[in-house]
Amino acid sequence: MSLDILAYGAFFLTMALTYAIMCLGLNIQWGQTGLFNVGIAAFVAIGAYVSAILTTPETPDRFGGFDLPIVVGWLGASIAAGLAAWLVGALTIRLRSDYLAIATFGVAVSVQLCVLNIQPLTGGAFGVGFIPRPFGSLAGNPLTFSLANLALTACVVLGLYLALEHLTKSPWGRVLRAIREDEVAAQALGKRPIRFRLQAFTIGGAIMGLAGAVQGHFIGFIAPDNYLPILTFQVWAMLIVGGSGNNRGAILGAVLVWGLWALTAAAVSAFVPPEQQARASSLQIVAIGVGLCLILLLRPRGILGEGRSSIAGRFKPKSKAQQKFKE
Amino acid sequence: MNPQFLMDGLIAGAMIGLGAIGVTLTYSILRFANFAHGELLSWGAYLAMAVSGALGMLSTTLVKPIAPFSFGWSLPIAAVIAILLTGLLALAVDALLFGRLRRRGSAVIILVMASFGASLALRSLLEFIFTSKPAYYTKALQIAVKLGGGLRATPDQLLSLGLTLVAVIAIHLLMTRTSIGRSMRAVSENPALAGIAGVDVRKVIRVVWFLGAALACIAGIMTGLLVQIRPYLGHDLLLPLFAAAILGGIGSVPGAMLAGLIVGLSEAAAVQLVGAEWRAAVSFVILVIVLLVRPRGLFGRAA
Repeated sequence: MSLDILAYGAFFLTMALTYAIMCLGLNIQWGQTGLFNVGIAAFVAIGAYVSAILTTPETPDRFGGFDLPIVVGWLGASIAAGLAAWLVGALTIRLRSDYLAIATFGVAVSVQLCVLNIQPLTGGAFGVGFIPRPFGSLAGNPLTFSLANLALTACVVLGLYLALEHLTKSPWGRVLRAIREDEVAAQALGKRPIRFRLQAFTIGGAIMGLAGAVQGHFIGFIAPDNYLPILTFQVWAMLIVGGSGNNRGAILGAVLVWGLWALTAAAVSAFVPPEQQARASSLQIVAIGVGLCLILLLRPRGILGEGRSSIAGRFKPKSKAQQKFKE
Repeated sequence: MNPQFLMDGLIAGAMIGLGAIGVTLTYSILRFANFAHGELLSWGAYLAMAVSGALGMLSTTLVKPIAPFSFGWSLPIAAVIAILLTGLLALAVDALLFGRLRRRGSAVIILVMASFGASLALRSLLEFIFTSKPAYYTKALQIAVKLGGGLRATPDQLLSLGLTLVAVIAIHLLMTRTSIGRSMRAVSENPALAGIAGVDVRKVIRVVWFLGAALACIAGIMTGLLVQIRPYLGHDLLLPLFAAAILGGIGSVPGAMLAGLIVGLSEAAAVQLVGAEWRAAVSFVILVIVLLVRPRGLFGRAA
């Protein structure tokens, strides 16, 4: 019994850590650079599908199935999602800040459509199964299998965390924050905001793609339903709760929000009669939506906040355009 | 190609156009892309259904269909009440959420994010109250009448087109001929200067929310009447609304309407040429083309 709980705990943590990877990707886009991405689900989906197509064994009714090693799949996923992010960014980053939000929303809708409709490539509504799982040979023993996967995912998160911390402290990261805080000043110092923003957006997109691949391989099966707008929303809630701008906050937020989500979902399925479960889970989403608004209103910095590297006044009026709107 | 797609596109475009006018007004005057606007359409549709159902219970004569249309007097009466209620809903959301953020001087993108949160909460609340099962205002069937040129339309569809035309003309006159319209244009031009010149900026903001919500409610009721009522009704229209608002040029009412028709017609043409499953991608393609070729839209001014 206790072994079961341990195995479940490992499973839960591994899932939470895959969300943490998405959160880290979002943190570099939003937390460090202030780019609003409403299409997280799209980039995650691109990563998951590219990796699945690269690594699954050959199947007669579907294109792909190259049977490549998992690492190649992960790499391909990051490159494909990064490329998609670069395209979207190149199109919109030079325009108004919320055009990027609208465009990424459009990407999410379109990717969802592609995944559903290009059946020869993605398996349509049925998704892709038989995705090779890391340590698949250990699957006979659930505990070692879960622990091995947990260790692997934790290593990915740790590696990304260290790399991103390094990047944040590097001159490149300082330029990003400078642009976020005061674009004109950064420009006056000879930095080109558009280029830096585009780089940050691309890196963030690539990390989200990697997250999709890691998650897809861990579960072993992907379907369009995994990449609905609610995923985007969960990741946002995680980052905002944990504290945007802070990589540790991103990881903490992912574990907390995913825990809360899994716990309430378990409570719903345990205590609510089956015919009312759909309603109860919609109430769960209401709670997340209201929660996000409340955090924006009451504690915009999240649990951990940005920490010492922050330049004060993130949420205070910055430009004249906003100041004049203060009634 | 069957010319009927023109009729379908025109009707879809009219609903998109009405919604897009609301998006473009809030965008130009409140200065942020409101992701919760689609939810105002859904709430309008459901509120009208709830009121119309309640009226039907009071008196059965109200439910009896009026001559050529499929609905009884309960729906038009409910529509008026629903318009007021949707307007109040928008004002309440503004007072609770956006107004507070605005007063704090939050960045535009925080407002966008808050609207994103509000949209999810509002939509799921509808799903909680009315469940996700599709609903209808009436079960009556309608025969389409021939209009010549191979076009057919049901009386409901023709009525919707007529009402859209009236609504658009009314909004256009309001914006160009009345003093509140002038104040709105002044605030969209420069809020600080408008405030100094004696324009009541808060009142303008309230009027904008109410107008946008009222139009959204009308568009939602039409969609509900001509298609069906679902909690995702507005969410699925959000991308077409944004595409139309940007194509028309942010702030331009005639632009939004015209662009709405373009989006609707392109969607209908795509259904004929490519297949119905790709319909939702049309708005994205239009959006990308506009952002590439002319980011300010048809009638917008350069930023």
